[in-house]
This record gives sequence, C-alpha cells and structure tokens, in this order.
Amino acid sequence: MSYPEYHTIKDLSEALKKGEVSSVEVTKQYLERIESLDDKVKAYLHVDADAALREAREADDVIRRGEATPLTGIPLGIKDVLCVEGIPNTCGSKILQNYIPPYSATVIEKLRREHVVILGKLNMDEFAMGSSTENSRFQVTRNPWDLERIPGGSSGGSAAAVAGALCAGALGTDTGGSIRQPASLCGIVGMKPTYGTVSRFGLVAFASSLDQIGPMTRSVEDAALLLNVITGHDPKDSTSVPREYPDYTEGLEGGLQGLRVGIPKEYFIEGIDPEVEAHVKKAIQAMKDAGAEIVDISLPHTEYAIATYYIIATAEASSNLARYDGVRYGYRDKSAASLRDMYEKTRSEGFGTEVKRRIMLGTYVLSAGYYDAYYRKGQQVRTLIREDFKKAFEVCDVIATPTSPTPAFKIGEKTDDPLQMYLSDIFTISVNLAGLPGISVPCGWTKDNLPIGLQLIGNLFGEQAILRAARGYEQIFPAADRYPEIVGEN
Amino acid sequence: MTIGRKEVEHIATLARLSLSEEEKTTLEKDLNAILGYVEKLGALDTEGVEPTSHALDITNAFREDELIPFEEREKVLANAPARHEAFFQVPPISEGISST
Repeated sequence: MSYPEYHTIKDLSEALKKGEVSSVEVTKQYLERIESLDDKVKAYLHVDADAALREAREADDVIRRGEATPLTGIPLGIKDVLCVEGIPNTCGSKILQNYIPPYSATVIEKLRREHVVILGKLNMDEFAMGSSTENSRFQVTRNPWDLERIPGGSSGGSAAAVAGALCAGALGTDTGGSIRQPASLCGIVGMKPTYGTVSRFGLVAFASSLDQIGPMTRSVEDAALLLNVITGHDPKDSTSVPREYPDYTEGLEGGLQGLRVGIPKEYFIEGIDPEVEAHVKKAIQAMKDAGAEIVDISLPHTEYAIATYYIIATAEASSNLARYDGVRYGYRDKSAASLRDMYEKTRSEGFGTEVKRRIMLGTYVLSAGYYDAYYRKGQQVRTLIREDFKKAFEVCDVIATPTSPTPAFKIGEKTDDPLQMYLSDIFTISVNLAGLPGISVPCGWTKDNLPIGLQLIGNLFGEQAILRAARGYEQIFPAADRYPEIVGEN
Repeated sequence: MTIGRKEVEHIATLARLSLSEEEKTTLEKDLNAILGYVEKLGALDTEGVEPTSHALDITNAFREDELIPFEEREKVLANAPARHEAFFQVPPISEGISST
C-alpha cells in the first residue's frame, strides 16, 4: 500500500472533475487500504464495498455529465451513530447490534444529494460515551501513529480512519469533545459547529442539548466544504436554527492579520503535558508573528465545567437511553418471563459498564430530593460558563487553547479510573455547554511522534472566524500530507 | 453526600437495570468518587442565576401539522425482536398471565 495521491478532499475533487482519476478507482484504493490496514487499526465496524462501488459508478456518471459538486465521488466514512438507511447502526453497543435503520439521518440525505461515496460505519465509544473508543462493545480502535495507543474518543474510529487514509473525510459527533479530542490525538482537523447548525435528525441521541455533528478531515478547507453541505435548518429537528447559512469557504484565506486571539489563563494549568504546552504556545506565537493580536482573557468558571457536564450530560443520557427496552428493535433477553423482567435483563446485558455508570449517575441527579442540589445547580453553573465566554468575546474574535491536555495515552491506561478519563476532556467540554463552535488543528508532534492539537473556539455562529484563523495557522503549519508510517508500509 | 448500597439498588430500579453484586460494589465506589468531584459546584454562589437548559435562546419551533405518510412499516417491524402480524410482541405484563 502507498500514500494517497491526493491528500485532501479539495485536491481529489479537482482531480475527479479533470478526469485524472475516477471515483471508482479512488474508491477501490480506499477499499484496498481498508483491507490491508484496518486489521491493525480497527476503525471500521462495517464496510459495504459493493454499495460503495455502486455509489462511485453513479458519481462518475454525474461527473461525466458535468454536474459534479465539491463532494461528488468523494469516499467518506460515517460514525456509527448516524443512521444510514439499510446499513447496520450499532452506536458501538450490543443493545443495537442488529438494528438496521429504516431511514437516513438528515446529514446523510444531504451528502447523498452530492453523490458522495459511503465506505462504511466507524467505531466509537458505546453511545458516544468515552474519550478513548475503548468503550466500544465490539473492538478497540488503535491510533495509527502508535498502535499501542488510543485514538481518542468518542469519534475514535472516524479520527483513526482519516489519519490512516482509510477514507478521504468523515463525520463525527461531539458532545463534550468527541470530534476535537480524537482529531487532536490523531493529527487531523475536527470541527464542532455551533449547536443548532447541523440537524440532529437521525443522530442517535446521547445528550440532546450538547450533541452536534461535525466534519473530520485532513485540511481546514475540507472541513468548510463538508460544513457547506451538512449545515442548514431542518424542520425534523426542533433545535435546528432557521437562519441564513453562509458559504464557509468564503473568507477562508483572510489571514491572521488583525485577528484578535484570546488566550484564557485557566487553560494553561498544572498537569498539562509539557510538550503539549510548548507546542501550543509556539503555535500562538506563530499566529502573533503572522499579524494576530494576542489578548489575555479569563474564563473563571473553567474548573467547574467537567462537574457541570457530568450532571447535565448524564441526566439527559439517562432519559434518552430509556428507549432501549427490547421492545421495538435491537437486543432482547429472550429468557424473561415478564415484561418488567425483560426490560431489566435486556438493558443490563445490552449496555456496557460506562453506559450503565452514566445512566445510574443521570438517574440519581434527576431523582426526587437531589434534583435541586445537582441538576438545577448544574444548569445554573452552565449559565455562568456561557457568560464567561460572552464576556471574553467582547475583546477577542477567537480563543486559542490546547485541545487535549496530553497526547494519545496507552490502551488500558485510564480504563480503571472513570474520573481520570473524564478529565481528558477538560479543554473541550465548556464549548459544548456554551453551544459554541470549536475546531482542532494539528500544531505539532511530540518527540515520540504523537500529534498535538490546537483548539480554536468561536462565538455563537462564529464558524467563519475560527475557520479563517485555522486556515491561517494551517498555512504556517501544514499537516494534510503527514501520514503515519503504517500507511506507507508493505 | 455519599450514596450507599441501598441507594444504588434504588437507582438501579428506577433505571430498570438489574445489577450483579459485583457491579453494585463497583458502581457504589465510582458514583461516590464522581459525586465527590461534583461537590465542588457547592462552593459556587448561584443565588439568582437563571438555569440554562439550552445554549441558544430559541423557544418552541412550530410548523404546519401536515400528514406525511410513512410507507416503510415492514422495515420498522423487521427490527422487532418478536412480532405478531403488524404488532411488536412482548412477554406478559405480569407473571401468571399467559401470552397468546
């Protein structure tokens, strides 16, 4: 196997339009790489080669007719939490093992209209609950940069697949950092848009007030190209925002000159890996050298974000996951003698440890007598966190931070200590609580050749500002053509 | 606040989970550790702070109540662990009543 000829969706799209290569040829190359490499990486839960090649042939027809759009014929991978009609959707859970969605998510419908090629479904922590993809009930995905390490999570399959050239781009979902953290740990670009920008219809719910779908790609421009297709108002999602959605590629090349970049002092704390800190600080200096104005800011409630998140997210999860009862779809314990018994046995066998832990915590914080002390308190602190950002954006256009406090950790390193695992999302979680857009771009590699990510946070609907900043930084530190060694081997 | 074995069992009942003794022990330990960490919110004065249930200030989203037929009943029923004609089939609601 060799490195891909075209590193980005953008380059591949142009080559397809010029007829340098066909979608069928490119799709075959990706399928071959999956065949030879995914035994080691284990990014995919389900690959449908026949469907992918059929879609590629259709895309080639569209291209020949001169009707191609930027995504036509591009082979993509989809996190296994987004329903694609006719293809199994497991959410990494045994409770959905045999579930075949009778419909597609709105984002999938939108991608279909552009004639993309869907290669398959990508591994994830069960119900998107986790930061390492070790909570998948089916397989542990490996970081292509070091197979002994985790790819991050919960969109670990998506990140590993993009990093390992097992797809040209992917969709992930982000509830507390699940796009940005794995993107950072795998050396790719990952973006969580403003809450309400991308329809959640057909996204299996974890925490409905926090979940958002976003692109995972090799370049900032690719993220903008995917965003152009997946954003937009959808009457099927009552939290989808009716507004004019811009062309996200516009203004991308605006540069860093005059951009006010806020640096929150609370994000450079003790416990952050020294190499991560050094590379992120270097990135900020590079932005300054390119004309950005660096502004010191404070987000004083940062230290309360994880506690707030684990109240709100688990409360919403306990309610959302009540639907898995073995009645209409998925796993059912067939030994149960009564309905009640069937519910309990089905759920106990169908859900894994972390999911049960979060259902229990969420049920507790919502239960009579504890609601005010936990859930209401959490919602009030959420207000304080939102206000921190509101104030900060009065003096800056974007906020720059590390995406994750450490590079990818070893498989098994944090599985025995849920709290330690939760703390790996310390820099990403506030963004979801405030509903803001955030993007992670590669900003360095450690001495051990592990990727490090820079997070750029924008104001509500400030996608264009962070895309411009990210693109500006990407020109200083391009990484789209950097591949882990295993991609070029054998 | 700490939670004990009995509380773990009560929450499990509310959540319709039947836990093994080993799971109860682990969950008791984990939940207390997480709740101990969450306690730090108690230090914050939130008197008079409006709770946020949603990050955006949008309220009810209304649309016309139009009938859109869904033609794929078989595809939905195909996912059923057990079915009887066009119905989902479940075990008896209480023990002692036989299913037909």
